[in-house]
Amino acid sequence: MSDVLTFIISRFNYWIYIVLMMIGLYAMIAKRNYVKKFIGMSIFQTAIILFYVSTGVKSGATIPILEHGHDIGHAAAAINPDHYANPLPHVLMLTAIVVGVATLGVALAVVQKVHDQYETIEEPEILFKLGQE
Amino acid sequence: MKVFAFVLVIVTGIMLVVTAADFPAWGDAHSPPNQYLSTHYITQAEHETAVPNMVTAVLADYRGFDTMFETAVVFCAGLAIAAILGHEKKKRYVVRRKALPKTEEGDIIIRMATRFLVPVTQLFAMYVIAHGHHSPGGGFQGGVILAATFILMTLAFDLKTILGRFSEKMTLIWANVGLFIYAGIGVLCVLLGSRFLEYSALHKILPGTDEIMARSHSMLGVEIGVALTVMSMLFAIYAHLVSKGRLEDGL
Amino acid sequence: MIWQFDLFILVLLVITALVALKVRDLLSAAMIFSIYSLLMCLLWAEMGAVDVAFTEAAVGAGLSTVFLIATILRTTRRTTD
Repeated sequence: MSDVLTFIISRFNYWIYIVLMMIGLYAMIAKRNYVKKFIGMSIFQTAIILFYVSTGVKSGATIPILEHGHDIGHAAAAINPDHYANPLPHVLMLTAIVVGVATLGVALAVVQKVHDQYETIEEPEILFKLGQE
Repeated sequence: MKVFAFVLVIVTGIMLVVTAADFPAWGDAHSPPNQYLSTHYITQAEHETAVPNMVTAVLADYRGFDTMFETAVVFCAGLAIAAILGHEKKKRYVVRRKALPKTEEGDIIIRMATRFLVPVTQLFAMYVIAHGHHSPGGGFQGGVILAATFILMTLAFDLKTILGRFSEKMTLIWANVGLFIYAGIGVLCVLLGSRFLEYSALHKILPGTDEIMARSHSMLGVEIGVALTVMSMLFAIYAHLVSKGRLEDGL
Repeated sequence: MIWQFDLFILVLLVITALVALKVRDLLSAAMIFSIYSLLMCLLWAEMGAVDVAFTEAAVGAGLSTVFLIATILRTTRRTTD
């Protein structure tokens, strides 16, 4: 029993990521307002990015910037990889964030166009107006 | 719909929890993602590129192809928004003003604070771009901060005034210039007899550099290109969104 | 890694995410989403991902909120959802 408990406690980060991801997924499906849907999409996205970044975490490691910049020179062989966080997930996610805001912009532009056409951004009302035509 | 969504979320959540049980322990330095390639980046990045910030080195050098097309995605998003919202007939260009207007309605404190803040913030953004080799920062962050200064100006003055100085046409031109710098550096490497975006070939034309420093310097050029594209496209996206594509009245 | 700090921010994140989706005023939702992004940025800075945290502070807490507010200004602020 205590094994299970330590297992659950030692990975509490992962459980909360899953909760955040599911909040985002629920909002994307069940929310009726488009802006709410996109906020849910962003929450989903940040939860995934959070999970990705967390794979690069090493306990007791520092940020992925070399200490003593240029003095190290010939002693490069002495760098211990365990002392620095894994830079690869950071790179992938850094670009994902910027692309995420650009795509959010496209989504919001479409929302504005929808509002032009139907004068509402609630999904049921749009479906109702579509049914009337 | 709500019941369906709830059931779906619960089922997916349980599946993810079961999967998460197989993940490596939290903060494990020897888990699979922290082996192989990332070890090479950590130990060799400074040695091979003379850039202490490994994130910048991987972003602009080892994975330069990836970053180039991410920049292109931002560019395409800006074009898409202009295509979606910008169909309405626009007035021919707004009055060009040499200086920011002296008398306008609005809060004088905000306007004066903006006048002082904007140059300092832009200087900081340039520092972020140029110092990305040694500290957190780089093209994306610097570009976003530069775009934020333009947005700050539109909030303090009005959209028309700022578009008179940095028009939609100019944003497109600068975004093109940014991507052109990035792809141009890549093509230059090909012309000098190397592969696309393999910067070490550039030591033949960059004075006073060896193969390692050439990589460091061309990373700066690439970052500048990224910053130009991100800055102009994000400002264009804002200008379109806030005025519903009419580009005249905004916040 | 300080796990108390992690847990505190993660709980706050879940709360802000729920509130941002629950609140009926879209402008408030956008602002609470900005707080969510800022907390996320703190979490990343604590994990050692300084570049990602920097980007999120500039993009998530800054620009995406501005985009959301711009859309709310041009559409509608109230929702029944």
